Formats: sequence, structure tokens, C-alpha cells
Amino acid sequence: MITKRKNHLLGDVIPVIIIAAILIVLKEFKLISTSRLLILQYIGLYSIFVLGINMVNGYLGIFSLAHAGFMASGAYAAAISSKYFFKESWMFPLILLFGGLIAMLIGLIMSIPSFKAKGDYLAIITLGFSLIVQSFLQNWRFVGASKGINNVAKFTNIYWVYGCLLFAIIIVRKFINSKYGRSLKAIREDQVASELVSVDVKRAKTIAFAVSAFLIGISGALLVHLLGYTSPSAYGYTNIVDGLVMVYLGGMGSITGSIVGATLWQILIQTLKNLGTWRWVVGGGLLCVIMIFLTNGIFGNKELSDAIHAIRKYFSRSKTNKTISEETTK
Amino acid sequence: MSDRENRQNPLLHVSDLVVSYGKIAAIKGISFDVYKGEIVAMLGANGAGKTTTLNALTSVISVKNGEIVFKGKNIKGMPTHKITIMGMIHVPEGRRIFPSLTVGENLRAAAYLYEKKDKALFENRRDYVMNLFPRLRERVTQLGGTLSGGEQQMLAIGRALITGGDIVLMDEPSMGMAPNLVMEIFETIKKIAENGQTIMLVEQNAMMAMEIAHYCYVLETGNVTYDGTPQMMKANKNIVEAYLGS
Repeated sequence: MITKRKNHLLGDVIPVIIIAAILIVLKEFKLISTSRLLILQYIGLYSIFVLGINMVNGYLGIFSLAHAGFMASGAYAAAISSKYFFKESWMFPLILLFGGLIAMLIGLIMSIPSFKAKGDYLAIITLGFSLIVQSFLQNWRFVGASKGINNVAKFTNIYWVYGCLLFAIIIVRKFINSKYGRSLKAIREDQVASELVSVDVKRAKTIAFAVSAFLIGISGALLVHLLGYTSPSAYGYTNIVDGLVMVYLGGMGSITGSIVGATLWQILIQTLKNLGTWRWVVGGGLLCVIMIFLTNGIFGNKELSDAIHAIRKYFSRSKTNKTISEETTK
Repeated sequence: MSDRENRQNPLLHVSDLVVSYGKIAAIKGISFDVYKGEIVAMLGANGAGKTTTLNALTSVISVKNGEIVFKGKNIKGMPTHKITIMGMIHVPEGRRIFPSLTVGENLRAAAYLYEKKDKALFENRRDYVMNLFPRLRERVTQLGGTLSGGEQQMLAIGRALITGGDIVLMDEPSMGMAPNLVMEIFETIKKIAENGQTIMLVEQNAMMAMEIAHYCYVLETGNVTYDGTPQMMKANKNIVEAYLGS
């Protein structure tokens, strides 16, 4: 069901603002250790990543594995641009934009196979794309081949991360409630039927892939400038699985779900760091549990604002019930 | 319409249409015309190529050869959504309503193109559909997926009418429905045609289709083997034996 969401934009933005205020206090007053701060930044940038994946995998309902490739292209484009062109820290927005736009261009190209291929076949095509990008970077001398790019300026800080997240939320929100966003959901329900009510399927898919890749590219750019280096090995199977787990954990086709999924998974991964490789086993086990007990993820396709709305409705109803029952007892 | 031979400029003119799945030709060069205001029925057994024909008309599948002229314009190979915008509306096989949208939302989705611009037109058409199918009015907040087969068919037809067009292609409107509902649906189809929309119908239930059609084509393994008015068909002994039973 599509519920009307007109004034609910605030419902999702306010929590982010509150969180941001808490972050500022935590950071500026040094109430939090550096490692914790790093985890917070991971949470923020992976939330952007998951929002991007959700665009195609959630709202459009296409099982795509191209996100690792998009992230790699965004990260490398941004790293190269900051190494050779935009060396000053005030140019960081340009760097982010550049990373996003390059990923978006590649996203536009990647939308072409989705016009014809379906289901498993498209999944394999997108997987192939991600692996091609990875092996291309592994063999390209200019970007350091398998050693990757080192000594990238560490421009990313917590404000940039959460600023971008806010921006990403607003973009996705606007897009999803627009004509194109609604046509994505229609395509997810039934592609032929939406064509027959005159939805331009090709255009909708192209735009979805472009927006998705743009957001993922930005998250890649943030990641490079957070860590200060990048290498092709970061954009392989682990990255693909990571992205999927976060999307499915939080909920397909939900903004709140994307953020919750990214948050829970990052906290889990970082706290289980002592387990070494075994943490992937724990993670995989968790994924199985989610798929069995929470088929739609934690939030499904619901939003936080929906929950608030439902709670408010529940309370107002119980209040009226009370008054009625009081009147009857009198 | 007995004066069919004398009519000029068909609304839809198809000639030598060939559609193939891989190497197998499903439609082997058929030709037919649909004139404005008619109900044209395409009859035939399973696998004769009826659904394929309709899908080819709206580019749901690609056409190998032939000509499809709609409103004087060749629409062969044009993308589906553009054909819909031109005014050819397809009620697909198996209804294909949006299961997780309510009945009201399904109807709104059909007005995707013009709802914002022309709310009055949408409300007008919605009322028209609701009057044709009072059942839909009762179930306007129910999810599409929870409707019965017959109601889903009504919704699919209603959706096509709200999209608004000159010709409605209907794929097996009687499929999987109770006999009394079949009567109801066909009566409604007749009413829709009387209100000015042209209808092309694909049907296995030949008897019912012939009750309302002005002109029939019989399709057999990818070829049009016979065409004529229902009266002519009923008079033809071979046709009666092959398709109508008794």
C-alpha cells in the first residue's frame, strides 16, 4: 500500500539532525574515543551506500550486484581527482561530486542490460561488472595496480559524512515520492502492467541506476578520504555481500531501514573485530536468521515516520476509547 | 456490420504480421482490420496465437515482419508506453493488476499520465468505471491481490478504461470465471463499445464472443483461416463443427 507522506519529510530528517547534534557534542568535547568515532563515520557512509543499493534492489526490485563496481569507480575517481586536481581541503565537495558523477556515468551504462535481462541473468551480468571493475583496477598501473592508491588526503570527517547522509536522504525521499519513484514501485510490482498504463520503463530504470550509482559513488569517495588509501581488494565479494546484508537486514525499499541496517551491521562487524575471519561466519549466520524470521528485514518497506504515525494514531484512538468507556460507566 | 467492405480507413490495420519465438513462428503472416466502434473477436483454440497477436500489437513482444497501422501511423516497434499514449490500451492475459495496491490505487495508477493535470477527467472516468462495475466501488480500499478472479478482471478492464484510449485490446476476459460472471462481463464489454470505444477481443469462449462481436476472425496455428460476421460463422457448418461444438 502506498501511504500519503506529505509532511513526513521532517519525520525522517529530524532524527538525523538530533543525531548530528549528538555527534558534534561527542566529537568537539572529546567524549568519545577515536575508534568509536571511526565506527560512527563508517555507519554514516555505509548508510549512504545502502540507500544507493536500495534504490535499485529495493525500490526497483532488481537483484543487482553492481554496487561494488560503482563504489570502486566512485572511490578511485575521487582519489585520483584529489591527488592530481583538487588538492585543497575546501575542494572536497568537488571531489565528492566528481566521484559521484563518474559512478553515475557508469551506472547509466549499467542500466542498459536491465532493459532486457531479468532475474538471475541480470544478477550475473551485474556481478560480472563488479568483478571486471575490480580486475581492471588490479591491472591498471596508473592507479597502483593491486597495491592501490596510497597517501590520499584524509578530508573526510564526521560532519562531511553526516552532511552527505542528510543530502542522500533528501534526494531519495524526493525521488521516491515523485512520479519516477512511483513508477519504480509499479515496475517492481509488474513490469508489463506498468508499461500498459504507459510508464516509460527504460527511462525509469535508467534514472534509478543513475541515482543509485551516484549515491554509492559518493560513499566510495568518502571512504577513500576517510582511510587515506584504497585498493582493489576492498571492492570484491566481501563488499558485495556486505552491501546485500545491510539492505536485507534493514529492509528493502525503506530509507529508515537502510540506515538501521547499515548501523547494526557496522556495529556488529566492528565489535566482532577480535574474532578475525570468524566474524564473517557470524555475519553469514545472522543473514540466515534474518531470511528465516524477518523476511522483509527489520523495517520491511515501512519508514520511521510511518511508525510514528501509527503510534500517534493508536494513542489517539485509545484516548477516545477511554472517554467513551468512561462515559458509558457513568 | 454488413457494410464492412465499403468502409474506409480502419482504426487498426494489420497486414502480414509475423511473430516468432526463436525459430518457431507463432504468427505466420496474418492480416486483419478493426474499424471504429466495432467489437472484433479473434477466436481460436489454445496455442493458435491469439495472445501473441495482442502482445505484438502493443510491442510487449517484438514483431518480426509485417505492418501494424494504428490511426494511420505505423506503430511497429514503437515502445509499449508510447503505443498506450497513442490510445491503444491492452488488458493483458492474467489481468496483471498491482497486487499490493488497493483497488482505488490501481485505478489511480492507470491515470499515471494525466491525473495531476486533469483531476476532473480522472474523476469522471473513475465514476464511469465504478458505474460499470459497482463491485469495484464496494471494494475500493481492498488490496488488488485479495480480489476474486472475476473482480480482478473487472479491475483490469476498469484500469484500461481509465487510461483512456480509442481501442481496448482484451485478452480472454472470461478466463477462469464463473458462468454468470462471464455473462456480466460480456454485457459490460458491449456497453463499453456502445459508449464509443472500439474493442478487440481475444477469446476461447467462442459462443459468448460471437454474441457481442460485430466481426470475427478465426485463428488456427498462426494463420487466419476464416473471417466473417457472427451470422456468417454460425451458418458455416465447418466452423460450427470445428470451434463451436454441437
